[in-house]
Amino acid sequence: MASISTEEAVADIIRDVLDQPGLKLARDTTADGVEGWDSLNHINIVVATEQRFGIKFKTAEIETLRNFGDFVDLVENKRRAKT
Amino acid sequence: MSASLFWLSEDPTWGEKYQAASSANTPAWELMVGLANHQLDMLRTNRLDKLLRRAFAEPPIALRFKPIRLALLSSSTLDHLPPAIRVAGLRRNLWIDVYAGDYGQYQQELIDTQSALHRAAPDEVLFAFDHAHLFGGANPGMSSSDALALIDSTADRIAGLWQLSKERLGAHVIQQTVLPTAPPLLGTNEHRLAGSQANLIARMNERLRMMTASEGVDLLSLDEVISQVGLNQIYDPALWYRAKQEVSPSAAPLYGDLVARLLAARRGLSFKCLVLDLDNTLWGGVIGDDGLEGIKLGQGSALGEAFLGFQRYCKDLAQRGVILAVCSKNDDVNARAPFESHPEMILRSKDISCFVANWDDKAANIRRVAEALNIGLDALVFADDNAFERNIVRRELPMVAVPELPEDPALYASCIAGAGYFESVQITESDLSRTSQYQANIERERDRKSATDMAGYLKSLNMRLLHAPFDSIGLSRIVQLINKTNQFNLTTRRYDDRAVRTLMEDPTALTLQLRLVDKLGDNGMISVIIGCLDIDQNLRIDTWLMSCRVLGREVEQATLNVLRAQAVRLGAGRLIGEYIPTPKNGMVREHYRKLGFDLLREGADGASQWVLELSSLQERATFIEIVPGESNG
Repeated sequence: MASISTEEAVADIIRDVLDQPGLKLARDTTADGVEGWDSLNHINIVVATEQRFGIKFKTAEIETLRNFGDFVDLVENKRRAKT
Repeated sequence: MSASLFWLSEDPTWGEKYQAASSANTPAWELMVGLANHQLDMLRTNRLDKLLRRAFAEPPIALRFKPIRLALLSSSTLDHLPPAIRVAGLRRNLWIDVYAGDYGQYQQELIDTQSALHRAAPDEVLFAFDHAHLFGGANPGMSSSDALALIDSTADRIAGLWQLSKERLGAHVIQQTVLPTAPPLLGTNEHRLAGSQANLIARMNERLRMMTASEGVDLLSLDEVISQVGLNQIYDPALWYRAKQEVSPSAAPLYGDLVARLLAARRGLSFKCLVLDLDNTLWGGVIGDDGLEGIKLGQGSALGEAFLGFQRYCKDLAQRGVILAVCSKNDDVNARAPFESHPEMILRSKDISCFVANWDDKAANIRRVAEALNIGLDALVFADDNAFERNIVRRELPMVAVPELPEDPALYASCIAGAGYFESVQITESDLSRTSQYQANIERERDRKSATDMAGYLKSLNMRLLHAPFDSIGLSRIVQLINKTNQFNLTTRRYDDRAVRTLMEDPTALTLQLRLVDKLGDNGMISVIIGCLDIDQNLRIDTWLMSCRVLGREVEQATLNVLRAQAVRLGAGRLIGEYIPTPKNGMVREHYRKLGFDLLREGADGASQWVLELSSLQERATFIEIVPGESNG
């Protein structure tokens, strides 16, 4: 389970990219269910997250993500691996 | 160096300012320009772009510069780049509309006059091709001659696209060099394998440089940029395979700025003058405290060598046409001492076109520099190591560019170079001799102060005014003057090189390029006039502009004498002059009255029209000899 801080930080990045400050994100939220979360913004979210945490995703890792929760867990694992 | 906008300052309150602007109904354009002039990452760039498009879907009415319509035509995905280009335009007071074609569709779009590209009616087209697209048919085993043939045919194909863009769209072309993303097969002697992708990319980029020299096409040299910032700052292989993005979204702000500075340079909007602080900017230490012997400059100290390196860069900039000025809090005599007598100084008094050292605040002194040099504040870059002074100048004079100089003087030059303030697309002879021109000006000024009477002074200058119609040799300088001159410019009409070429062919147009030579030197081309003969034998003066550095020397009167003779030769009976006021050209409000024209009408907006009967004109004598003939550069 990801810590709240990672989850909130990732959510903030998504809100920033989509420019929707009030956007609610749950672990089972998918890109298809959010207005404006298209393929272009999806890449922006991934790149912005990499920049924010100083991490790098593998091509295969990105392809297996199903929802917001998966993404947060992936970020959390990468952050732990760094320290 | 990195792919960020490292030369711009960071503002901890940017988010709040953005929110405030965002919640306003119609945020002011100037406020938006201010938001754009900070170190923005891709997220902030995209957010600001969203606001920009909401508030200014159409260009603001009072914008100083003509809106630009840019089309991106590419073999890869560029959809993520328009926001950064628009925001970089905003940073320069430019409103840019960006059309991004579907990737790989450019050929069809260019040919089909019903296409979305044609409907977008771009003034500028940017081509960006990846190597796989250009050299798909190559293999590393191919012979050198086959590789050369491939470069030849690719070059022909690209030249054909340029031609189509010019003919069918009437657009100016920017060609991006091929990004060297192919890993080498041999290594550092890759050039020995003619057919390797890495080698083909290098050869193609060489070829593009040769082609653009004659085609009137500007290059966006991404290959040069990555030699500074590193390929992995711009290109991420994972994103290439995932989304066909050759430029990573995180590098978009830099990419946008590179494009916008090129567009600005083509329109003559680059900065013109570098204003330098002294203590800890040009040398280490404080001259007033440490004295000539105490300041750190050269002499084998690493720090001293770093300051010399920065001086060398400034000197080189001056030699290619950037004006240098000094603005320092110092006693004048102390400030000048190193320039006069420090043996290691690279910059000398003659390199500095305007020297201001006193204890007044820097904003006031920078205003003085602009006045003394007769250029706008928005043409100045101010380099100062002191963050406090930088912030005061940013607050007082937001139109002055103030780079966020790194703390280490070893990095000053790369900071200023990376910011692209002085981006130029062409070099004229006049650029190469600018410092000597300003120097000669200072001498003339000195003569004037010592001369007892003005007439005697003017006579002693032995001035000659050389005039000629527009020609292709003078073209680049003519276009530069038309687009850069703000103060002595009666109508401030801007024309690009295509429009000027059209005028050269027009039999009813009267075009004049004028050059002033005197005993102290050649001032270069200093004035441009465009007139048009109408059916009533009126010669309408569409454009009359002059460089301010020859003010007060009766050049206007001598120019009128030339214009009169040319107009009569064209069959004109009257001259019609026009004045269109702008925030910058108040100095020529009375231009036509002073030359003896009569007021025809004056509008509520201050615009006026003037007439001069050619038959009635008594030619007024001047101290300038008029010489027909060559007048280029």
